[in-house]
Amino acid sequence: MNKYITSNLLLIIALILTAIASLMIGRTPLDVSEILYGFVGPANDPISIIVIELRLPRVLLGILIGATLGISGAALQGVLRNPLADPGVIGVTASASLGAVIAIHSGLAIMWPLFIPLFAMAGALIATAILLFVSVRESSLLMLILVGIGISSLAIAGVSLVMNMAESPMSVRDMVMWMLGSLENRTSTDLLLALPFILFGWIMMINVGQGLNALSVGEDTAQSMGINISMLKLRVVIGSAISVGAAVAACGSIGFIGLVVPHMVRGLITNEPGGILIPSALMGGLLLTLADLMTRLPMPGATLQLGVVTSLIGAPAFLYIVYKTRNNMR
Amino acid sequence: MNCLKIENINLELENRVILKDISATLNKGEIVGLIGPNGAGKSSLLRSILGLVKISKGNILIDDLNIKDLKLKERAKKIAYAAQGAPVHWPLNAENVVALGRVPHLNPWQKLSAVDEEIIENAMVQTDCISLKGRHVTSLSGGERARVLLACVLATAAPYILADEPVASLDPSHQLQVMEILKNLSQNDNGVMVVMHDLSLALRYCDRLILLNDGQLVGQGAPEIVLNDENLADVFGIRAKRWSDNGENYLITHNINQGE
Repeated sequence: MNKYITSNLLLIIALILTAIASLMIGRTPLDVSEILYGFVGPANDPISIIVIELRLPRVLLGILIGATLGISGAALQGVLRNPLADPGVIGVTASASLGAVIAIHSGLAIMWPLFIPLFAMAGALIATAILLFVSVRESSLLMLILVGIGISSLAIAGVSLVMNMAESPMSVRDMVMWMLGSLENRTSTDLLLALPFILFGWIMMINVGQGLNALSVGEDTAQSMGINISMLKLRVVIGSAISVGAAVAACGSIGFIGLVVPHMVRGLITNEPGGILIPSALMGGLLLTLADLMTRLPMPGATLQLGVVTSLIGAPAFLYIVYKTRNNMR
Repeated sequence: MNCLKIENINLELENRVILKDISATLNKGEIVGLIGPNGAGKSSLLRSILGLVKISKGNILIDDLNIKDLKLKERAKKIAYAAQGAPVHWPLNAENVVALGRVPHLNPWQKLSAVDEEIIENAMVQTDCISLKGRHVTSLSGGERARVLLACVLATAAPYILADEPVASLDPSHQLQVMEILKNLSQNDNGVMVVMHDLSLALRYCDRLILLNDGQLVGQGAPEIVLNDENLADVFGIRAKRWSDNGENYLITHNINQGE
């Protein structure tokens, strides 16, 4: 248990340091004293504007989204008892993308940029409603994955259809760039739009640890231990769907964080499916903040999109972890 | 009275009758074998008692309380369940798995207390798996894993224990070891109900037997009486040779159309 607390503290410290670094790096490099000045100085001071209005929302949003992807991945892997599950399997990510792509295609995004996250959120909520309907009627967890894959495929087909019908290459480019994920130019409005949904999702998922632990010896045994499995399933499905939907709406689809982070935590801290929830949230926030920081490093050619960076780091990391833990897999 | 009482229960699943008008009791201090052919409803009876499936008629009372009126965790403190061949899905330490037995006693954020730790340790000593403490369950043999899962059941400290084929897929010496552990539990004033297929073990270890066939109760009582020639022929379609040695009764089964 000491290891658990120490690990969480270390993750929090790393997260804070990375967040400070993220506030410092950018087109106008700032040092620590300038950042402090930005917080306490007059609001219309250029440094305050850079720190408070430009960089802080981006850093906070990155932490929230990374934590959401991490905890959702951990909770979904736990409840489905499948190390390959990630927030993508329940179809919410693809559905949110479909919403965003429709907002871009219809031209609504040009009228008001916030139509993109609003449409994405609507897409995620529709997928959530379908999942909810299925998980209330069907007790099997396998059904949940299958329906999630179905929703996901349908939404991806929808995205392809919209791209297919797009008249200008510019709007196709906008759609692709959005789907690659980015935290660029996000404001406090984006943050405030995502925050309630993300917090709601966290509250739903934060309490499921004991149930997930019990589930590792099977559904019947867990239930005989007094765990309400239907409630557990509902909490994880609704919690991850709503919070991931809001995360995707705010920054596009970010690959691999939800899949890889729980594996990293298992390798470093504990194999207990309930014990990895909070470390996964911290680790997710840390990784996404780091990845976002890397997109801002000076780079020849185009700037990298956030989702590209997370996948480029995530996929090899995933392979490495699978290799290291191969003896534990049955 | 302090017992687990099954009163005239019916169970229907997808419009099929699985259990019909079953009544039985499980007293503290006894080990009761639940026997019958495949599909007789043995596992369904355990699952009904545990509330994993919803019975359509009748009542299940535990120490005079209807289980319908008990909260999930209250019921879990009374009845523990060793599922058939329970898989463990993550490479957890054996100790973590045994600790899951304390789940009914803890709220979601509560840590294990010193008392819990002691109960866990005791359970592992009783099932002879203390040496497996830090091992990953995924690396254990079938017999070792069965003992760890049994320790998890013991750690619940529930007075009633339901075990679904705990000796299936174990080698003979581990079968005896598991039966000894269950027998000891009953002698420590637990009520143990165990589904089994090995009639010879059932005869030797159980205080009473409940015989099910096709969802109906065919007989219950002392093993020697339930396992009479008529029941064996009618229910299983088999015959048995019997003998006694040193006061212990043995039985070996053979096909009904084989000559004596």
